[in-house]
Amino acid sequence: MKNIGLAIFVILLLVGCENNKSFKNSLDNAQISESDIEYFQNLVGDTVLFTVDQSGLRPDAISILNAQVNWLKEKKFLPITIEGHADEQGTREYNLALGARRATAVREFLLAKGIERDRISIVTYGKERPLRVCSNEDCWSKNRRAVTVVGKKIVE
Amino acid sequence: MVRHSVLKFLKIFSFTSILFINFSFVAAQKNDAPQLDMTVNKGVIKPISLAVPSFIKESGANSIISRELAKVISNNLDSTGLFKSIPQSAYVSMPLSFNTPVQFSDWSIINADVLVMGSVGLKPDGRLEVKFRLWDVSQQKEIGKGKQYFTNSESWRRISHKISDTIYTRVTGEGAYFDSRVVFVSETGPKDNRTKRLAIMDQDGANFRLLKHPPSLVIAPRFSPTTNKIIFTGYETGKPRVYLMDLSSEEITSLPELKGMSFAPRFSADGSQIVLSMTENGNTDIFISTLSTGVKRRLTTNNAIDTAPSFSPDGKSIVFESDRGGGQQLYIISTQGGDAKRISFGKGRYATPVWSPRGDLIAFTKIKEGKFHIGVMRIDGTKERLLTTSFLDEGPAWAPNGRVLMFFRETPGKAGAPSIYSIDISGRNLRKIKTSSFASDPNWSPILN
Repeated sequence: MKNIGLAIFVILLLVGCENNKSFKNSLDNAQISESDIEYFQNLVGDTVLFTVDQSGLRPDAISILNAQVNWLKEKKFLPITIEGHADEQGTREYNLALGARRATAVREFLLAKGIERDRISIVTYGKERPLRVCSNEDCWSKNRRAVTVVGKKIVE
Repeated sequence: MVRHSVLKFLKIFSFTSILFINFSFVAAQKNDAPQLDMTVNKGVIKPISLAVPSFIKESGANSIISRELAKVISNNLDSTGLFKSIPQSAYVSMPLSFNTPVQFSDWSIINADVLVMGSVGLKPDGRLEVKFRLWDVSQQKEIGKGKQYFTNSESWRRISHKISDTIYTRVTGEGAYFDSRVVFVSETGPKDNRTKRLAIMDQDGANFRLLKHPPSLVIAPRFSPTTNKIIFTGYETGKPRVYLMDLSSEEITSLPELKGMSFAPRFSADGSQIVLSMTENGNTDIFISTLSTGVKRRLTTNNAIDTAPSFSPDGKSIVFESDRGGGQQLYIISTQGGDAKRISFGKGRYATPVWSPRGDLIAFTKIKEGKFHIGVMRIDGTKERLLTTSFLDEGPAWAPNGRVLMFFRETPGKAGAPSIYSIDISGRNLRKIKTSSFASDPNWSPILN
């Protein structure tokens, strides 16, 4: 719902812009700075989705992660935690392991693109923290996710 | 009435071993062999008809306890599906004294097979004295010897469970399981913002109590078989990690050797070791850790997901699930390491294997064609039987006698939530355990001392 709401918001901004101003200027007008964490969450995209029982990065995930890399390289002081999640169609322990695979796949991508290792924590939640609550593919596809949480580091 | 021996009944369920339990505070019965015949018809069991009059009140006991003792015993035995209590309203007489001869005609006329006679009195020092005798109505003879219990009055419920265990063991030949507890996860709140708390209750759902711990997410508590401790996975640091809790003090200890992401712990049968999963660089493997030394060793090393390990009762083997062959399947590996042997070969995915305390069976979760099942198979993977099916049945836990399983069933959709169920390993007698909140991840204690 959040994403849909945001999409509508952005469309309204674009429609409302005079002289075909750039997308970025529209956002400036709305006072969301590119350096804000909300900008990262909503406009860069903090979430990538996965196929059932898979932890491989899909093309849609890679394009989001490339954008994440660009943003994260500008904010070198910010730690990040990558949360891996699974949908409810698996058993608890397996889903914890699967979530760890997904979070690790994202971490490996970020590392390969030059994000510093000591900035990144990973955690798995398995099926413990669903974003969407229906029991069909509409929700499951949104719950199979890895979320890059900016500004959070897990200290053990 | 066609009468077959209890041995025939046992044969139907392929049971050979019989477990005897010695009580710590009464003289053990030397001769607890099954004594009553059962009626078996094409595999359908006619329950044994049971009469449990309210216990006879002796010096100073109150009538609530005398009624409740009988009620808890009836509920326990009825819950097995092997007994059926006759309502007290159908009785033609009530026993007036514990020592007067039983009027068997009063019990045969209402078709009672078994009569439980009990008494309860309050001693001057404040202890309860509970006595009971068990009668075979048609044979007009006593089954085993009478027993006498002394306890403080708060523990009357446990005496009911002890008596239930004695009746169950004497009549069916199966091991005891009523005087036991279940630790589980109590769940409240909406599906996308669930609060999970560790909780404990008696096996019949009584004496529900939340355990104290930090508010962060908790998963899958498991009893120590030898000490009053549980082990569980918690997110206090932000990552899943294995912790011990002493149930008397509710004090929580972290295990330094399990830093990183650790989960799915279970004790060995002697309580000295735990087996668990740890995730390093995205890869989840099985480890064994010795509690006294904090020394852990790796048992599996491949790139697959190896998780949900469970010790064999003799401590020599571990059953676990792995997707090393493509999908989740069950494997057995020696606790000394070496090659793992795959034991499940059916279609679908197999998960959460748990070794029976009797050693003969492995219970598991199976996912096939979008449905979840609880099933059992022999330790060589043969004789697979699925006992349940639903949108989501998961996480079987063995009763201490290896005869009954608990698991949790989650309903689908926005309002979907888990509840704990029990089922006999014959596949009969599916029952929902009443809990005051949603409930998942049950684990059964050993018989209490």
